Order: sequence, then structure tokens, then C-alpha cells
Amino acid sequence: MSLSASTRAVPSGSPDGETSSGADLTLERITKDFGSFVAVDDLSLTVPSGSFFALLGPSGCGKTTTLRMVAGLERPSSGRILIGGQDVTSTRAHQRPVNTVFQSYALFPHLTVIENVAFGLRRTRAANPLGRAGDALDLVELRHLADRRPSQLSGGQQQRVALARAMVNNPAVLLLDEPLGALDLKLRRQMQVELKRIQTEVGLTFVHVTHDQEEAMTMADTVAVMNAGRIEQLGAPADLYELPRTAFVANFLGQSNLLGGTVVETVDGIMGVDVAGRRIRVPVDRAVSTSGDVLVGVRPEKLRLVREGEEPAPGTNWVGPGAVTDVSFSGVSTQYQVMVPGLGTLSVFSQNVAGRGEVRLGEQVRLACDVDFTFGLDGAEDATSGAVDLDDPGA
Amino acid sequence: MTIVSAIGHGPGNGPASPPPAAQGRRGRSGAYLLLLPGMAYLTLFFVFPVVALLLTSLYAPVPGGDIGQYQPAFEWRNYVVALSSYWPQMLRSFLYALTATVAAFLIGYPMAYVIAVRARGRPFLQGMLLVLVIAPFFTSFILRTIAWKQILADESFVVAALRAVQLLPPDGRLTATGFAVVCGLTYNFLPFMTLPIYASLERLDPRLVEAGGDLYAGAPTTFLRVTLPLSMPGVVSGTLLTFIPASGDYVNSVLLGNNTTTMIGQVIDSRFFKVADYPSAAALSVVLMAAILLLVSAYVRRSGTEELL
Amino acid sequence: MSGTTATAVTTGVTRRPGAVGPSDPPRRRPSWRLGDAIVPIFAGLAFLYLLVPIAYTVAFSFNQAGRTNLVWRGFTLDNWRNPCGAPQVCEALVNSLKVGGIATVVSTALGTLIALALVRYRFRGRAAANLLIFLPMSTPEVVLGAALLAQFLSLRVNPGFTTVVVAHIMFCISFVVVTVKARVASLDPRLEEAAADLYASSWQAFWRVTFPLLIPGIAAAALLAFSLSFDDFIITNFNSGNFTTFPKFVYVSATRGIPAQANVIGSAMFALALLLVVAVQVVSVARRRRT
Repeated sequence: MSLSASTRAVPSGSPDGETSSGADLTLERITKDFGSFVAVDDLSLTVPSGSFFALLGPSGCGKTTTLRMVAGLERPSSGRILIGGQDVTSTRAHQRPVNTVFQSYALFPHLTVIENVAFGLRRTRAANPLGRAGDALDLVELRHLADRRPSQLSGGQQQRVALARAMVNNPAVLLLDEPLGALDLKLRRQMQVELKRIQTEVGLTFVHVTHDQEEAMTMADTVAVMNAGRIEQLGAPADLYELPRTAFVANFLGQSNLLGGTVVETVDGIMGVDVAGRRIRVPVDRAVSTSGDVLVGVRPEKLRLVREGEEPAPGTNWVGPGAVTDVSFSGVSTQYQVMVPGLGTLSVFSQNVAGRGEVRLGEQVRLACDVDFTFGLDGAEDATSGAVDLDDPGA
Repeated sequence: MTIVSAIGHGPGNGPASPPPAAQGRRGRSGAYLLLLPGMAYLTLFFVFPVVALLLTSLYAPVPGGDIGQYQPAFEWRNYVVALSSYWPQMLRSFLYALTATVAAFLIGYPMAYVIAVRARGRPFLQGMLLVLVIAPFFTSFILRTIAWKQILADESFVVAALRAVQLLPPDGRLTATGFAVVCGLTYNFLPFMTLPIYASLERLDPRLVEAGGDLYAGAPTTFLRVTLPLSMPGVVSGTLLTFIPASGDYVNSVLLGNNTTTMIGQVIDSRFFKVADYPSAAALSVVLMAAILLLVSAYVRRSGTEELL
Repeated sequence: MSGTTATAVTTGVTRRPGAVGPSDPPRRRPSWRLGDAIVPIFAGLAFLYLLVPIAYTVAFSFNQAGRTNLVWRGFTLDNWRNPCGAPQVCEALVNSLKVGGIATVVSTALGTLIALALVRYRFRGRAAANLLIFLPMSTPEVVLGAALLAQFLSLRVNPGFTTVVVAHIMFCISFVVVTVKARVASLDPRLEEAAADLYASSWQAFWRVTFPLLIPGIAAAALLAFSLSFDDFIITNFNSGNFTTFPKFVYVSATRGIPAQANVIGSAMFALALLLVVAVQVVSVARRRRT
């Protein structure tokens, strides 16, 4: 795409005439309350220049409010917002070098596609607005629809126009508010790839708000999981997934089996946890709390089914036996529910690899897992926090 | 009251309803600045005149003065005198207005229904039918009322025909009757009834009606249980926009009636202009306004709760 | 209509063509058919009722009228060739157009501002503002006319052109507010946010985004204001003194006979407005087709 080059080469459309494509975004102790409701609670974070950052959380967690404060559409009750080191807390939306892709796109219905894209350029009196708008439309492969009205476009096309309209201004930070929320599943997956490609090409700082954990993990360099106005955990997607630090993250980002237990000993960086009478070992550096009550967690795909007559590999953790209460086949894998007396129901994902016999409903199995795959959480936490309802089709 | 949405129906309508969240957060000074000119105007030329009317209704004649000379006073007996002489006209006005409103509803609802529901999906037909409803606005309503007067006149062929088939006795007439006045009122305010009903029927989701049919409600039941309740806002606006002007109208009763069909507007007009009895004209105006406000607020409250059922 | 389709959907699945099984729900088609026809026929009669006097007015604009225009004396184009032929007709028409023009412009401007304030802001006194908009609409014209006259008399203002304009602006404002309000309320507030996000100041956002999107509503309001003003008789009659508008001219001459030229003007206004509305209609339908 030749366009990205031109988008980057032209001086930035930001009012201060900054030429950097992308700048650090820093939130310092931001709080926002609406009356007695605290939407964002003492939130601090830094988004490095040029990165793809995702704010992930359930609806009402404060992620959109955070985004709107960065855009200048909402004022923080307290705290500071810095873009490229400059304090923009008190500047108005139109004075900030920030552009937004709105959830419902908010395309101007009375303007053509090209005029929608050129809108910001015209306001900043940038040179050659139509030419640059056309280039931006090339980037999203919509140049041929330049003279249409937004109402004549499909949802996916509108989404791309909204993206072009924001990006063409070469903002220091590009904000995306659930930009794929209105698209159907297939188109959404396609646009995720597209968005990631565009971001890599133009090198802008993207802040992406979503409630879809898969979307956040596939696209973002860094994911911040938000809950009730606070950031629960922040990090690279794989780190968050492999080593969640709270029950909410463990359950909201993928699924987890969380078992309550008590630390009884610590030897050589491995702590022994008593879980319903069985000794489970957890590496100390994978545990949030190392004494007293803890929650021992393990991801369902890390568990192996050990059938009668088989033995768990030496040195692994195992529990059971328990009865298989549900088997659901989904192509690449099969999900089992195993009811272990004293522990409750555990979830197991098993790859459908050739040569493995089928485990049947009602069979007695044990569940085994490498010590290095377990993690420890604070025992005071609610083990179901952030968990998706089992009946939810998306679960 | 949305004649509006009916007339403004042509070009692109915006999204159905924006989320309320983003609204109403802005500074107040802006609001007052926007309001100031219009509100000042209404205060000067609506509020003050109504106050002037109230004061005038209490004036007393200047002792020994000419006809039409009054001075400020607190002559509350003006009300007693005016009402005791003109209560029949007042009552008749409300009766005629009510009858005309009911008639306009019975005629206007099917019209609105045909335009909004039957012609749905055929924008050109819908547009043309709407134009026909709005059309009368553009010929002076006095000209139209006079047209009725001439169409229904004693020497007209309508009357001759009705006499011939003995629907009307040989000396029967159509003009100069209360019936003619009510017909004229109904006619003149019919668009005001039809358009708001059209607007609310137009917004009605046709799937709701289908759901009614799907749940084994017959057509009449679906209409009574689904369509009609959902069009209530339009019906309320329409009845108000018909009843209020009809009760104060006198053009119809002057042109189509006789001296037994006199309405209160006619009395107010002639008290003002023929006998220069400003206080009694003002007193009657105040009573008329108060009565209508009472009726309207009771009606709105009533229909508001019915909507919730 | 939809009810029919729904019935067809629920019953159509199990029924083969021609076969009416005992398990079929009771059919209500026959009664529905009757209803299908009755409502449009009734509505057609209603349309006829609306249009008869207009047709009469138009027809009699072509009448060879004498001193009165009551009886059909034969077809002529004379009245149309010479619309100002009768004394005062055109003067009254011009007066009405002047009053209507000024009242429309002023009331549309004032009303639009109020509508913006009422929809876009939450402020103290909002209920009072709404009441002040509602009251003039729920006051009969006689009362409005009498009240204004009472004020003008007490201020010793002589009724005439100015007082008529003042009165017309007053009763048009509320209707403009209601019309424009509906349009403002249907605007997506995120569009203004998007404009702000794209470097537009609030002033630019209003003129570049909000205002263009409000135009249909404002145009409808202006049209409504003009037709209300142009057609008003009662309030005008109270506050005009010797000043004559077109409706007043017709009303006053009704007793001694209305000249055929009045019918010409009435018919011409009707044709003009019809043409305008039909043109708008055709354009908007054509535009929708293209989409």
C-alpha cells in the first residue's frame, strides 16, 4: 500500500502541527465520577508510542469513559492526561491531536464518503485535503466509493470509512471504541487482521476498546483488563493468559479452573497447597500470595485426562478421580466437564489428536497438570469473578 | 403535537432515537442565550397580553364617559354578568367542538391509517396522499368555508337532489343549521387530526402488528390492542389540535349557521367590535381560556395514564 | 396487510394447497377481505370530502361572474387573465404575503433557537419554557386575538400592519419549536462529538454538521409557519384595524359577494403549493430510489 507512505510523509493534521506519527499516551491517576457512580477509579497507565493497546472489559467497566476522556469528550474528575509529554487535560476535544473511530461510526450522513474523510483536514486547513482523503480511502480500499453517501454503504464499508476519517489526520493517538462491535462474526475476524495490518503500516498509536477478549488478544501488543473502573492487570496477551494475577482476569480472559486451598509448605521455590486433601504444587514465582488461603488455577487445555489403568506422569499435579458429566465435541477439540468430589466441576479441553481413545460420559478419570502450568491467586478472591455464564453461547 | 413529523416527512429521517447519555451535559449559559430572544418575545406578546386581558376583564366603565371608555377597577361582576348572559353560547361552543372532534377522529383515523399502513413501502403514493391531506391548508380556509356555504345553499343542486329523493323535506335546508356548523368545523380541522395520527402510525413498527396476528389475535383485536394504543400520542395531539381551535372558532358559525348557532367566539368578537364592551369580551375570553386549559390538562393526564395500561 | 401475512405464515406451513385440514386454525380471511376494502373506500370518501370545496373554488375561478359569483354562468379565462381586476384583491394578497414572509422568517429563527436549547440542554426553568411554548398552542385564536388587542389598546397602539406581524410571529413560534424539536431530537449527538474529535470548534460543528442536518426540519417549520400566517383570519381580524389581509378581504366581501378573482388567487396559491410539495416529493423519492 503506497498510501501509508503518503499518510506518514505529510505533516500531521494535528493543530499543533506535530509531525510525529504516534506519541506516548499517559494517564495519571484519572478518576471520573457521575454523581455517586465512579466510572473510572484512580487509573494510571502509559501507552508507548506506536503500540497497539487494548482496553478490555465487560460493559460498564469504564473503558469507554476512559477513551472519551482521552478524546476530550469527557472531563476527568481528577487526574492528568498527557499526550507526547504534553498535558492536555484541560484542552477541548477539537484541540487534541487525537482522533476516534466511534462505536456506531458517527459518519456525517449529509456528506459524501470523501468529504467525511476530508472533514478533519479541512478544519485544520491542511494542504490538499481531497488528495489526502483519497489516499486514505485507498488504504482502506474504498476509493471507488468516494462519492457515495454513508447510508449507501454496508456496515463493514462504513467501518472502514470511519477508520480512514480518523487516520487521515495522522493523530498522535488513534482511539477505537468497539469499532467492530456492529459487524458479524466473520467480517469482524477479517477486520481484525485488516486493522492490525493498517496499524503496523502507518505506525500510529492505537488505543482500542473492546469487550471481546479474542479481539483484544489477536490485535493488541498490550492488553489492559478493566473491571469496575480499575485496571485488573496489564501486559502482553500471552503473559496475561498464561499468568493471570486476579480471578477476574483468569476467568474473563479465557477460562480457568480455580480451586481453593491452603499453603502448607514451601520448598525450593515450589509451594505445596492442600486442596481438598490432595497436595498440589505451585511455583512461588507464579503465585500472587504464598501463604494461607490461596486459589490454585489451571487453564482447561493444560489439564490431561488420566483414565483408569493409566498413571499420571511422575512429578505432575493431579486430582480426582471424578466422573465425566459432559462431553462436547467442537471439531479441533473436545471439552469435558469432570465432577471431582470435594472440588466441584472442572473443565478440560483436549485436542482431538489421532490415536487418542474417546473418553465417555460417566467414566471415572483423574486430571493431571504440569506444575509449571499452575498459578496461584489470592485466596480471598471470589473464584467466579469475571466468569462467563455457562449458558452463554459465546463461552 | 407533531404535525411536524408529518409535514417534514419528505427527505431523509435521522436515526430513530439517539442515546440519551451524550445529551444534556453542556453549560447552561448557552441554553439561556438560545432561549432568550424567543422567550422574551413570547413574554412580551403572549404573557403580557394575557395579563392585559385579565386586567381588562375587571375594568369598569368611566362614570359619565362615552361608550367604550373604561378604567382600571376590580369589577368581578363582569364575569357574573357575561356568564349569565352567554353561558348557552359557551356550552354550545364546547358541544360543537366536541362533536366536530369526534367526527374528525372517525374520518381522520382511517385516512391516516390508509396513508401510513396500507401505503407503507410505496413512498410516492404515500407522499401524494399526504399532499392531499395538506392541500386544504393552501386554499384560504375562508374560501373553502364559503364554498361549502354555496354548495349546500338552498338553491344548490345538492339540496334540490336531496329534496327530490325526499331525504330532505321540501322546505328543509342544509345551511343555517347547527349540523352545517359542525360539518364545517369538522372539515376545517380534519388535517390537524389526520396528520399527527399519521405521524404516530408511520413510526409504528409493522412487526408489532404482525406479532399481534401471530399470537392469534383477530384483525379487530390486533387493532384495538396493538395499533390503536400505540397511536395514542397522535390521537391525543390530533384531538387537541382540533378541539382547541374549534371551540374558539366563529367563522363557521357565521358563514354556515344562523342566530341559533352562535358560538362564544362570535360573542367575544361582537362584544369587542360592535358594542365596544371590552370588559365582558375579556371576561368571556378568560373563562374560555381557563375552561380549555382545565379540559386539556385533565385530558392529557387521563390519556397519559391510559397509554401506560 | 400485515395481519394477513402473519396468518398465512402461521397456517401456511402445514397446509398443502387446497387441503383444509381439520386441525387448521379458524380462517378469518373472508371478514378480513371485507375490512380490507371498507377502510380504503371510507378513506377515499374522506379525501373526496376534503377536496370538494377546493374543486368548487377552482371551478368558480373560471366562472363568468357578475356582481356575485354564486351561480354558474359559463366558462371564461377572463378572471385568470386579470387577477387584480377586482378592487383590493391584489392589495390584500400582497399584504398577506408580506406579513407571512416576515412572520415566517422571524418565527423560524426564534423557534429554531428555542428548539435547540430545549433538546440539547438540561437547565433550570426547562419546564417553564416548555409551558410557555405549549400555552399559545392551547389557547383558542379568539383569546389570543382579544388578549393582544387588549394589550395594544392599553398601550394605545393603533392596530395595523405592525400589530398583525407581531401577532403572527407570536402564534407561529410554538409551532416552529415543536417542528424543529422533533428533528433535533432525532439527530445523533455523536455526530457533533465526531465533528469535535475532527478538530471542529463548537461553532464549526454547528454550521458544518448540525445545521445542514436540521434543514429539512427547519424548512418544514417555515412552510408550516407561512401557511398558518397566510391562512389566519381570527387573530388578524382582532389586530388589523383597517389593514386588510387576503382572508380578511374574503370574509368581509362574503356579505356583498366575493369576486371571482379571489377564487383565482386561492386556486393559484393552491396550485403553487401543490407543485412545490409534489416537486419535493418527487425529488426525495428519486433520491431514495438511487440509494
